[in-house]
Amino acid sequence: MNDLFNQIYSPEVMKHVRNPKNMGIMKNPDGEAMVGNQKCGDIMKFYIKVAKKAGKPFIKDIKFQTLGCGAAIATSSMMTVLVKGKSLERAEKVGKTAIISALKGLPPVKIHCSVLADEALKKAIKNYRSKEVKKSKG
Amino acid sequence: MKTIYFDNAATTPVHPAVLTAMKPYFNTAYGNPSEFHALGRKAKISLEKARTNVAKFLGAKSQEIVFTGSATESINLSHKGLIEAIQGDFHGTQKPHIITSVIEHSAVLETCRHLQRTNAATVTYLPVDRFGVISLEKLKKAIRPTTVLVSCMYVNNEIGTIEPIPKIGSLIRRLNHAGRKHRIYFHTDATQAIQYLPCDVKVLGVDLLSFTGHKIYAPKGIGALFVKQDTPLVRQLDGGGQESNFRSSTENIPYIVGLGKAITLIHKSKKQTILRTTRLRNILIKEIAAIPGITLTGHPEKRVPHIVSCVVSGVEGEAMILHLSDAGIMASSGSACTSARLDPSHVLTAIGISQELAHGSLRFSIGKNTTARDVTRVIKKLSVIIEKLRLMAPEFN
Repeated sequence: MNDLFNQIYSPEVMKHVRNPKNMGIMKNPDGEAMVGNQKCGDIMKFYIKVAKKAGKPFIKDIKFQTLGCGAAIATSSMMTVLVKGKSLERAEKVGKTAIISALKGLPPVKIHCSVLADEALKKAIKNYRSKEVKKSKG
Repeated sequence: MKTIYFDNAATTPVHPAVLTAMKPYFNTAYGNPSEFHALGRKAKISLEKARTNVAKFLGAKSQEIVFTGSATESINLSHKGLIEAIQGDFHGTQKPHIITSVIEHSAVLETCRHLQRTNAATVTYLPVDRFGVISLEKLKKAIRPTTVLVSCMYVNNEIGTIEPIPKIGSLIRRLNHAGRKHRIYFHTDATQAIQYLPCDVKVLGVDLLSFTGHKIYAPKGIGALFVKQDTPLVRQLDGGGQESNFRSSTENIPYIVGLGKAITLIHKSKKQTILRTTRLRNILIKEIAAIPGITLTGHPEKRVPHIVSCVVSGVEGEAMILHLSDAGIMASSGSACTSARLDPSHVLTAIGISQELAHGSLRFSIGKNTTARDVTRVIKKLSVIIEKLRLMAPEFN
C-alpha cells in the first residue's frame, strides 16, 4: 500500500484535506512566517504562540493558512498536529520525512509541499526568536 | 451519495448496448478472424461490419479504416508511419517538415518531438490566439516546399475550442493542386469532436483522422485511424500484417465491435445530443460566470457543446477537484499541481493565461447521462467550495 500512496493520495492525506487541523488566522502571534509564492502555486502561512515550560520555550498554539493543492493543505495541517505542544528545539527537528510518514506517504511530485511546510514552521520559529532578541535588547 | 460525472472529456462509461454487443466476442464468438473455420469467419464478418460502421460515419471507404489500441497509437502510426514512408523523397540535408500547433494533445506533441530528436523531421509549432484558435494566415506562412504534414486537432480537449479544420483542409488541397514536389498530408485529431461536429472526411479535407473509443461510450483500449487511400504509411507494428498491413496484432474483436456499436449509436442521436448538450453547457457557463473571480477559457462561440473550462482566481485547481469529489462531483483541472511535471497546462499558457491564474483551472465536461439537476448541483457546490478555499488562503498581496 505504501507504494500506491506514493502515486495517489492516502486516506490520511484526504482526511486532512477534508478537515484541516489548526486552520485559520491567529491574532497577535508570537511568531509568523509566509513561504512560497503564487507563481509556483503554493503559499503557506504559519502562526505560533510560544509559552515556557521549566524555562524552555514550546509551541503552545499553532495555526496555518494555505493556498495550494491537496498535498499543500495536508502537509501544513499535519505539521501543526506534529509540533503542537513540542519544544521549539524538537519542533524544528520534525522535518519533511516525519510529515510524509505521518501522512502514510506522498506522491513524489508532492514532496516539495512537505519541504514548504517545514520551511514555513522553521521561519515562524526564527521570527519568534528574532522578536525575543529584540525584546531582551529593548 | 450519487456520483455526478462531469469528466466526459477524460473518459466515458461504456454504453450498456455497447457492452451487450461486445459480450459474445469474449467467450462465445471468440475466433481469430485470420482463421478459415466457422468461428474465424464469424469474427471476420463482425470485424468488417464494425469497420463499415466507422467508415460510413466518417464518409470513408471501409479499407481506409485502421483499428488501433488508442488515439495515441493512431497518431503515432499516422505521423511516424508517414514520415518513414516518404523519407526516401528527401536527399542530402533536406528533411520532411511538419506543422502542428502548440495546443495539441501530448500524443501529437511528443510524437513530433520524437521525430525531431531522431532527425527524421523538422517541426513548426504554430501559436494560437487568446481563444485557442489557429491562424490560417500563420499556417500559410509556415508552409515550406518541404512541408509534408499538417497536424491540427479538431477540438482542444482542455478548453473546447473548435479549430477551422475544413478551412485548413481546403487551403492544403489548393496548395497540393497548384503543384508541389512534396504533397502535404493533413491530419486531424478528432477525439473530442466525434459526437458533436461534422466528421465527414471529405468535408474536412483530411488525409488522416484519429480518434478513440473511450470518449464515445466504447471501452478504453480501442482507437481508429482513417487513412485516405494512397496515403503513404509504413506500419509501426511488424508481424502478421493485419489491418491491411497497417497494424500487425490479432484484432481485438470485442473492442472493435464495441467501437462499431458506439459510433452507430452516436450517429442515430447526433442532432438531439448536440441540442441537449449545448443547452446544459450554456446554463453551466452562465451560472459559473456569475461566481466572482471566474473567467471562462476558450472561445465564446467556436466551442464544442460538452466542454466548459474556466480559471478561478485565488484558489488552487486540485484542491477544488478534491472537494468537488468529496461532494460526489467528478471534474478535472489543468493546474500545475495535477501534472506530473508541475508545469502549468501548455494550453492555458498558450492562450496567455498567467501562471498564477492557471493554477486555478477547472474543466467540466458534459455527457449523455448529465442532467439539468446535475448542473444545478455542481454550481451550488462549486461556489461553496471556492468560498471555503478562499477563506483558507492567507492574504498575500
